[in-house]
Amino acid sequence: MAGKKPRVGVFKFSSCDGCQLSLLDCEDELLAVAGAIDIAYFPEATRADDVGHYDLALVEGSVTTPHEAKAIQSIRERATSLITIGACATSGGIQALKNMADVKAYTAIVYARPEFIVTLDTATPISDHVKVDFELRGCPISKHQLIELISAYVAGRKPQTPPHSTCIECKLAGHVCVMVSKGVACLGPVTHAGCGALCPGYNRGCYGCFGPKETPNTASLSGQLSENGASAGTIHRLFSTFNVNAPAFRAEAKAHAE
Amino acid sequence: MPNKTIQVDLLARVEGEGAFKVVVENGRVTGTEFRIFEPPRFFEAFLRGRQYSEAPDITARICGICPVAYQMSSVHAIEAAFGVNVDDRIRTLRRLLYCGEWIESHVLHVAMLHAPDFLGFEGAFDMAAAGHDAAVKMALELKKAGNEIVSVLGGREVHPINVRVGGFYKAPAKRDFAHLRESLLRARDLAERFVDWTASFDFPDKERDYTFVSLRHPNEYPMNNGQIVSNRGLNIAASQFNDHFREEHVAHSNALQGFMTDGSAYLCGPLARYNLNRHLLSERALAAAKRAGLQETCLNPFKSIIVRAVETLYAVDEALRIIDGYEEPDAAYAEVVPRDAVGMAATEAPRGLLFHRYRLTADGAIAEAQIVPPTSQNQPTIEADLASFIGDLLDRPEDEIRHLCEQTIRNYDPCISCATHFLKLDIVRT
Repeated sequence: MAGKKPRVGVFKFSSCDGCQLSLLDCEDELLAVAGAIDIAYFPEATRADDVGHYDLALVEGSVTTPHEAKAIQSIRERATSLITIGACATSGGIQALKNMADVKAYTAIVYARPEFIVTLDTATPISDHVKVDFELRGCPISKHQLIELISAYVAGRKPQTPPHSTCIECKLAGHVCVMVSKGVACLGPVTHAGCGALCPGYNRGCYGCFGPKETPNTASLSGQLSENGASAGTIHRLFSTFNVNAPAFRAEAKAHAE
Repeated sequence: MPNKTIQVDLLARVEGEGAFKVVVENGRVTGTEFRIFEPPRFFEAFLRGRQYSEAPDITARICGICPVAYQMSSVHAIEAAFGVNVDDRIRTLRRLLYCGEWIESHVLHVAMLHAPDFLGFEGAFDMAAAGHDAAVKMALELKKAGNEIVSVLGGREVHPINVRVGGFYKAPAKRDFAHLRESLLRARDLAERFVDWTASFDFPDKERDYTFVSLRHPNEYPMNNGQIVSNRGLNIAASQFNDHFREEHVAHSNALQGFMTDGSAYLCGPLARYNLNRHLLSERALAAAKRAGLQETCLNPFKSIIVRAVETLYAVDEALRIIDGYEEPDAAYAEVVPRDAVGMAATEAPRGLLFHRYRLTADGAIAEAQIVPPTSQNQPTIEADLASFIGDLLDRPEDEIRHLCEQTIRNYDPCISCATHFLKLDIVRT
């Protein structure tokens, strides 16, 4: 396939559109990226039908409806490489909070006519349904990591997205530790790197947008949070946000359920 | 007239997943349905039991295009409930953040999503490849300036991390704006050209007598504060929203639809803001609007693309004014003391009025949340536009009808993630 541009599709499942927007937010690189790949399907940006085979499928969002559960199978069958972008696609996203709740009750809270609503009882990551070749973390993803991912793909190498903690990025950025200096609850020690330790740079604790790092010691962090005065409810809520369905966070949230 | 069916399975270039259906009987349009298939995500349900402090971060995730709007409506509503007074300098910083979102969201829609309709392209990529690369590059640089505001003040472009109830986690130092100021000065020239570019398009000759609804503030073009007003004499506080507006759940949509309590449809968004607040635009934005041929009242929804460009120029101008007059606040945020209370607020998202209502308890928990996004409110008006605009086109080629339908829907920059999201066009003729 030398000389031929890879055919790329960008697909959306249940999500806020923010991760695919990150591609359009690459203002400096967008036209260059569009020149290096053939963006064959990207309904948020352009009118074109979803037909044929893709060299690369970028998938945003989690599976929350019977229709989506079917659609992801068809995309997988037609994609050489399938990469998920963002917390919804890699762990289920914030809508996975419904996995721990009574969905009928949820529907009745939001909708006057629940019988009109078709939804599964769970929001699940793409990898629960099909084989995923690579996962890009974040709620939202980092556009720098997205460019790295696409560049690596075009060059045929592995993307450089270190699986270490946000805590390490924070040290590299030279921020003062908010937990040590101010007792602020921070998920930095257990959260996957990628954002550049934004929150501690803005005087707040990390709230886990990028999900668990590799081998996170969540119990140890919870012990420290508790020593700093956090209630079980607070710890439960800290682990119950955009990556609540990632196994390490889900287990830790459950251990502190009110 | 022969009976036939026209169908588009996924309306492209909108934020989300929606569909459209037109029913034609004996050559007359007898029904229109704007359908939203975006899977429900139940935000109002899972906000229950969360702490008030989590609302700005959680509600931001409703929409990756306009997270600032959700953060703003949520913090204002919660502050209203708890009786928090926010320093004027914090209020001004919020306005700056909103300017950034208006710029990035409007430019995205105008250049990448809507302009291809006017110029006859599938999207911005083929539009750029076919000789419009200078316009697309201009738009990208302009959009970048909007994103720079959001990332300097908010930490990042999508789902900013610096907004909290009471203010910000960290207030910027004046020097933090040095580079941004240079970008905005360049962006101001680009925005002038951006307005002229949109004014050069051909516009379908379509008008309707709309009810326009937006915020109105005594001395500023509305973003964060003001009364909710209309061109039919409505003038209420956000706390009276539910007395004058209601939401209905129809079978064909996963989004609730907004109506006035008398059952009539209304229009919110840039066109409504412009028509109700034109006199509050900056001199430069007003001059550009005049140059673009916008009258005092614009009833042609296709010209909303010019209004978005004018608002983009206004937002760049306003951001520069704020930065030049910026003084660091004494504290980045006001202290917040929870109590049992209900709080409501509406702010102007890029797409229009965004209403939030929270019932909160003394321990800071959210007992109830109600969120009414602009696209829900515009759905009935979009349906009425379609019914009205395609009636005299029914004997034209289907491609042409389909094209006008899509363009009509995009006039509203529908954010279906917000309203819930999937556009599918389906014309049924019997």
